[in-house]
Amino acid sequence: MTISDIRTLLSCDVYAGDDLLDRQVLYGCASDLMSDVLAFSRSGAVLLTGLVNVQTIQTAYIADVDAVIVVRGKRPDQTMISFAKEKHVPLLGTPYSMYEASGILYRAGIPSTMQAALKVHNSGRA
Amino acid sequence: MARSYSDSYEILGRDFIEAGNVSTEIKRTLRELGVSPEIVRRVAIATYEAEMNVVMYAKEATVKMEVTPKAIRITVNDRGPGIPDVDLAMQEGYSTATPEMREMGFGAGMGLPNIKRNADHFTIVSVVGRGTKLDIVVNIN
Repeated sequence: MTISDIRTLLSCDVYAGDDLLDRQVLYGCASDLMSDVLAFSRSGAVLLTGLVNVQTIQTAYIADVDAVIVVRGKRPDQTMISFAKEKHVPLLGTPYSMYEASGILYRAGIPSTMQAALKVHNSGRA
Repeated sequence: MARSYSDSYEILGRDFIEAGNVSTEIKRTLRELGVSPEIVRRVAIATYEAEMNVVMYAKEATVKMEVTPKAIRITVNDRGPGIPDVDLAMQEGYSTATPEMREMGFGAGMGLPNIKRNADHFTIVSVVGRGTKLDIVVNIN
């Protein structure tokens, strides 16, 4: 599934990275806690979050997150949008709540990073 | 295979605008050196958590990076309050973060455990009233 497919599923607005929507998404995670994202995300994950600030983009860039989707119709400010463009992190927004958006993506077949991360963690490293 | 490289960087405490820039710079440098993406990701996450700790708690810090064909070493030496109980701070979920830090998305009590998880070798030495020194090594291969 691509970010473009997710855009359709979640009726997203695209704030940054509209030239990167063909990226493949392998996992999903949802959190407002950036340390949890750093601990349990994986390369190729989409992040659903209600945290709208520059650190969300910084975290996504550091952790190789494929795309950030802001939930519940929150609108990122211009600083966050500019930063996302600079870091080449696709930034989208959905009217759905975090619970609804997670459910829609999970039902569409995107597995959780957490399950994947735990398997790796149990074998000695996350 | 990465060639040898070393550099140092400064982090200012309480500077939430610049927070993360040192980790971003290190990530970009490691990519340019040809280090594999998964190794780069682990170093970047460990460094970012350390950088956020400095921004949230310390006055300032010096970060040094040494890259050899075998490993990447990051040392973070801060001037700050130090950590009274390092064992407690290493526990997942333990946090002394303020509401302001939590609004930034940090303070989940995962910082030091995240650093340890991503490192092949990790030591922390802290002196209350002086500061904290982290030594993080990620092996290449």
